[in-house]
Amino acid sequence: MNGVRFNHLLGLEGMSREAITEILDSAEAFLEVLERPIPKVPSLRGVTIANLFFEPSTRTRISFELAEKRLSADVTNFSSSNSSLVKGETMLDTARNIEAMKVDVVVIRHFAQGAPHFLADRISASIINAGDGAHEHPTQALLDMLTLKHQIGALDGLKVLILGDIAHSRVARSNIWGLRTLGASVKVCGPLALMPREVEEMGVEITHDLNEALAWCDVVNVLRLQLERQQEGLIPSLRDYQRSFGLTRKRLEMAGGDKVIMHPGPMNRGVEIDSDVADGSGSVILRQVTYGVAVRMAVLYLISGGERIIE
Amino acid sequence: MNRTTSMMDPPAGWKAYSTDKLALGGVRVVDPSLKLDQRTDLVIRDGIITRLGSIPDRWTGAVIDGSGLIVCPGLFDMHVHLREPGFEHKETIESGCTAAAAGGFTGVAPMPNTNPAIDNAGLVRFVRDKAYGLPVDVHPVAAISLGRRGATLTEFSELIEAGVTMFSDDGSPLASAALMRHALEYARMYGAVICEHCEEQSLTAGGVMHEGAVSTRLGLPGWPSIGEEIAVERNIALAEFTRARLHIAHASTARSLELIRAAKDRGIQVTAEVTPHHLTLDCTILSGFDSNYKVNPPLRTRRDVELLIEGLADGTIDAIATDHAPHAPDEKEVEFISAPFGMIGLETALGVIYTRLVLPGKISLNRMIELMSSAPRRIIGQPEAAVRKGAEVNLTVFNPDEEWTVDGEHFHSKAKNTPFQGWKLKGRAVGVINRGIAWMRGV
Ligand SMILES: [Zn+2]
Repeated sequence: MNGVRFNHLLGLEGMSREAITEILDSAEAFLEVLERPIPKVPSLRGVTIANLFFEPSTRTRISFELAEKRLSADVTNFSSSNSSLVKGETMLDTARNIEAMKVDVVVIRHFAQGAPHFLADRISASIINAGDGAHEHPTQALLDMLTLKHQIGALDGLKVLILGDIAHSRVARSNIWGLRTLGASVKVCGPLALMPREVEEMGVEITHDLNEALAWCDVVNVLRLQLERQQEGLIPSLRDYQRSFGLTRKRLEMAGGDKVIMHPGPMNRGVEIDSDVADGSGSVILRQVTYGVAVRMAVLYLISGGERIIE
Repeated sequence: MNRTTSMMDPPAGWKAYSTDKLALGGVRVVDPSLKLDQRTDLVIRDGIITRLGSIPDRWTGAVIDGSGLIVCPGLFDMHVHLREPGFEHKETIESGCTAAAAGGFTGVAPMPNTNPAIDNAGLVRFVRDKAYGLPVDVHPVAAISLGRRGATLTEFSELIEAGVTMFSDDGSPLASAALMRHALEYARMYGAVICEHCEEQSLTAGGVMHEGAVSTRLGLPGWPSIGEEIAVERNIALAEFTRARLHIAHASTARSLELIRAAKDRGIQVTAEVTPHHLTLDCTILSGFDSNYKVNPPLRTRRDVELLIEGLADGTIDAIATDHAPHAPDEKEVEFISAPFGMIGLETALGVIYTRLVLPGKISLNRMIELMSSAPRRIIGQPEAAVRKGAEVNLTVFNPDEEWTVDGEHFHSKAKNTPFQGWKLKGRAVGVINRGIAWMRGV
């Protein structure tokens, strides 16, 4: 566990197998820390981390905060509802302010694709992308992969189906890069109007037949459907979407075999996934949340220059 | 005509001369429309080319050593944004014309998307008069619709009387086919041309880059090729129906090119321009989210670029125009999706086209001069510039061997949003001679 260094985590596109593996291995060690009676290590004592959330996200923000506190870092939060960001401060001013505050690590969630790259090009702090528009959400994909490693073992040859609104999904993109790098096969399934053009060039197959796709896969990662897609004319109605692409117990039974069911949350129950699937056997949705903290601890730790994880 | 008293200052590092008595010694004179390509002296008196031959023995005027320099008909950029009135923090007519001169252009056609829009004769005169004392002709393009709102036609008859020859709502494509039809009808009646930015906005809403594998990778909203092509097709159909003249602004896709080629074959009066950036850059360059590469229409694929270059060579494309679109640095230095569209091009066009297309043999020097001087002048109805004895001077002087590196910090434009920052180019403007003024760099 040495050698792989990174200053930023902007995305999984182009990240090496070694780097991904190192993060996942480190996360395993942190999972063990999280099992302890006092789940806290001093690894990042003296490291200042700013969480910048330009888009509401309770889950990811809490997961990062928890990871940071478990590592004993000094944490400061800005979110669009309690800082100058609402007043329309530009990204450039934000960058200059962060630089002046001498923050070591910035965790950024932003509605604009490339916002983390914008900061990384302009300030000396390490940047962690906590989701940038429809571009990438690397820590989500890493936690999905950690969950699968735990659930199934090696990812080589695993058949993963990503189901839903691929076009607008950063979770889909990061999962595709990470899973392909670790040797999994990936299919994407969803309505054509929500399928980004030439997505095959990312190394995936496209299908619009959910039953066929379910018969093929070992894992289904169900994406959240943003309800505004209906106003945008991209789906006829939620009901219509659910009929063709909603994950139901009946469909899973028809496909046969055990599937691992994942969802990045928050779920629209009864739309993209039925409750008896989300809460039923095969679902690892709550475990994803636990693994999320461990993965973020690993990323924060490695990015801050840590070598050996736990005393 | 002596205009020395009202001359504006040339760019820093440049020197102004009067054309009352000026001679260029040992230049290579190239004028494709006269089939002229020879080494000679060129003598100017009272703003007229009086001699293509040795400088007279007892010459008392200024002499510029032109060895190694090419003199050609003045370059004309038929699609620029000078931002005045309304957006003077981005560019002014003076700064834009200075940039044009520094890039070797003796004439520009500014688009009317200013504030207020150039939609009446008074504003046309305002824009034109602002260039007084500069060696650059400013020939304003007037709006098709009042306020460029796409609802009511501007007063074509008065605008024509004010000297307008081209109409465009550039940047705000005409959604209404009926309005386009009537604009074409009025243009035909007065012998003018309609220049259209072809974009079907219901297909491009929210789009910030070419839709395809790269936009999919970056998760950025796509601006698909079809958004341009469907409008090109519609507007060509309307040009055919009205038998009017249509000019397609900044064509960017291979299919647009095919449509233009087929229309020309059918005898429809359609012409087209392409920008230097669409001829040299493709959308893979957007991978770093650099907003300097954000432009409308967007950078397309490598295949589009290659076919557009073929279109230049085979005559489907008539003209090269920069679509010079200046923005203040702080406007561009924001998240990619929030940044305004546009890149500047006046100071790089000649070097980029010469280096990337002429030197590798994709087009000839003659073709470059046609594309950047005679064709745009003909389309927009400006008198042709010619290197002919007896003609009023309207000349561009450039050094085909000068090697230089693009650096926006040194531009004369107020803006720095160039997509060619750091490019090593060969070929650079040395001077412009027009309207009684010669501006020459470093000589
Ligand atoms: Zn335009």
